[in-house]
Amino acid sequence: MTTNKTNASGEPGGVSPRTMSENIVRGLTPSGSPAGQVVAEPWGYHTVRIHEITPEVADVATYHLGFDDSAVAVAYRFQPGQFNMLYLPGFGEVPISLSADPRSSTTWAHTVRAVGNVTQKLASSKVGDTLGLRGPFGSGWPLHTAEGHDVVIVAGGLGIAPLRPAIYELLRQKNRFRSLTLLYGSRTPETILFEHELPEWSQRGMTVQLTVDRADAAWSGSVGVVTLLLDRLSLNDPQQTSVFMCGPEVMMRFVGKSALARGIPESQLWLSMERNMQCAIGLCGHCQLGPTFICKDGPVYRHDHLAPFLNVEGL
Amino acid sequence: MPMNSTSSVFLARSDLQLLIDRLAEQGFEVIGPTISQAAIVYDRIHSVSELPQGWTDRQAPGEYRLERREDDQLFGYVVGPHSWKRYLFPPLTTLTTADLTTNGWQMRAADDNPPKYAFLGVRACELAAIRVQDKVFLEGAYVDPTYQRRRQNAFIVAVNCTQAASTCFCTSMETGPRCRSGFDLALTELPDGFEVEVGTPAGEALLLQLPTTPIAEQQLTDAEQRRQQAVDQITRKMDTEGIRDLLLTQLNHPRWEEVGQRCLSCTNCTMVCPTCFCSSVEEVADLEGQHSERERRWDSCFNLDFSYVSGGPVRRDIRSRYRQWLTHKLASWIDQFGSSGCVGCGRCITWCPVGIDITEEVAALREVGHDNK
Repeated sequence: MTTNKTNASGEPGGVSPRTMSENIVRGLTPSGSPAGQVVAEPWGYHTVRIHEITPEVADVATYHLGFDDSAVAVAYRFQPGQFNMLYLPGFGEVPISLSADPRSSTTWAHTVRAVGNVTQKLASSKVGDTLGLRGPFGSGWPLHTAEGHDVVIVAGGLGIAPLRPAIYELLRQKNRFRSLTLLYGSRTPETILFEHELPEWSQRGMTVQLTVDRADAAWSGSVGVVTLLLDRLSLNDPQQTSVFMCGPEVMMRFVGKSALARGIPESQLWLSMERNMQCAIGLCGHCQLGPTFICKDGPVYRHDHLAPFLNVEGL
Repeated sequence: MPMNSTSSVFLARSDLQLLIDRLAEQGFEVIGPTISQAAIVYDRIHSVSELPQGWTDRQAPGEYRLERREDDQLFGYVVGPHSWKRYLFPPLTTLTTADLTTNGWQMRAADDNPPKYAFLGVRACELAAIRVQDKVFLEGAYVDPTYQRRRQNAFIVAVNCTQAASTCFCTSMETGPRCRSGFDLALTELPDGFEVEVGTPAGEALLLQLPTTPIAEQQLTDAEQRRQQAVDQITRKMDTEGIRDLLLTQLNHPRWEEVGQRCLSCTNCTMVCPTCFCSSVEEVADLEGQHSERERRWDSCFNLDFSYVSGGPVRRDIRSRYRQWLTHKLASWIDQFGSSGCVGCGRCITWCPVGIDITEEVAALREVGHDNK
């Protein structure tokens, strides 16, 4: 259950959503380019240093990276849902979503599960180690399209990581939305990410509902797939509801079905996709899904733009 | 810029060497057709004597043979396994280097100083293919610097086909056989020389340095007849009407399964295709862990690990990989780049070991009556 992006070495990296550049959605990102920010030299790396490592759950940690070059540090911006390519020389490169407050700080958080060569090497890195970074790439969650709506965030597993910057932004601009709800499914109670932050999110006005696939003795909450939470969610006005989802593809398929069944317009469903990505600029061809390149047109897509391709096996 | 016949001139066959010499003097590395391993391939040339004089190619699905011609034409063949893409988009490129310093890892762009290429013998379908790759590498949100450095200096001498292979279908794709744009100079071979058309000021400047003569009416007629011969010899067809919607709504057509049974997933079609641009980026490190490079090499959507994600490959069976290739080439390419990815050169048909014919597959996919929901 990972929404990490993956490269050819079998490396799921981080997570990522964003808006797509595909025709219609291109117009939704303020600056027009697929990423909202043009990377002048697509293969140009910046040296970044690990400032802090936050262990999250088993095999997952958040790496807070800072640019060595202060000019780059000052200029760097990203939209919630975008990703960076993180490069560990000698091992390779992985696409990893940014996972913290977009307006935060001097360091940039990447929440990574150690599953392949590169991410396992990252897991053995120490504070002070350097690596390469290029980005940000892709499109971000188009939060402005949900203004005035009831906003429902649906996350599965590590899929919450690319949604977290959006959550910060939604909470910051809370009065522009009618309500905020997070539905978060995790495999077990031990693998709930950012658990310590959930009470604060609740306090600030977000309804947080959790479910786990397998409970333990201490768990008193929901058990079952996250779709069930959406099925049960009381909706104020489906026509004025927006859904942002990230998680395993099968989860998103069912969340999409559930949302449509509840009467939420397909144009208000957004999802973040995962495919093999190697260049992040739409030139290597690996991440194609139907007519789109997930790295530059996605990974966040409006549901109706991908619908014809979501239910075909092996696309 | 369409050229009318009055603007063309005649270059004697004995003066073709001067064309190569002038290009070399101007610092171009001249690449042209030569014979290697029983095929016509594009390689560095210095002399007319290296051209495949008196040779032609016989092509059919899964079949390519060089044969002797009855005459001594220099460009009396169609296309071989190579395309110019191997020079503009090299099969292997070092993108970046990384060095471990006292200040941590420092990355920089790899040195890349490609020669100025002059291509001699570019066919109409290949001009179209270069145009397609221009759209991919130069005209999107991101420019590929490797391609750009090679492409911006390339000098193109096109050659009009005067015959066609059985695998050609450029007329269906509206890319040939006549060279209409995208060249500096275009030649049509005649028994004793060439009709030469100018495509650009650079071409014109070069032509001024060659001992050309006005072209005779008879020679113009002869050249036109020869070009028409190529048109007349093309028998293969692809119906491209509504092909984008057709293919993207036939994703569960039983033909995919059928062709998946025949396809070996060998990647030949993607390697010989002049527009296929997929690549993989790999890490090449030294043994001491002090220096490492990012290398890009041609990849193919027919490779199993091409679509690898954390749970395994997305396209596990050959059926889905063939479907990806064909729907990308002929349908989703249109969404992505505004044109088909197919130029009708027929290479994928010729070089397929089992002779799968893209035009036959499209025809089969057009057959209605299947429930694809």
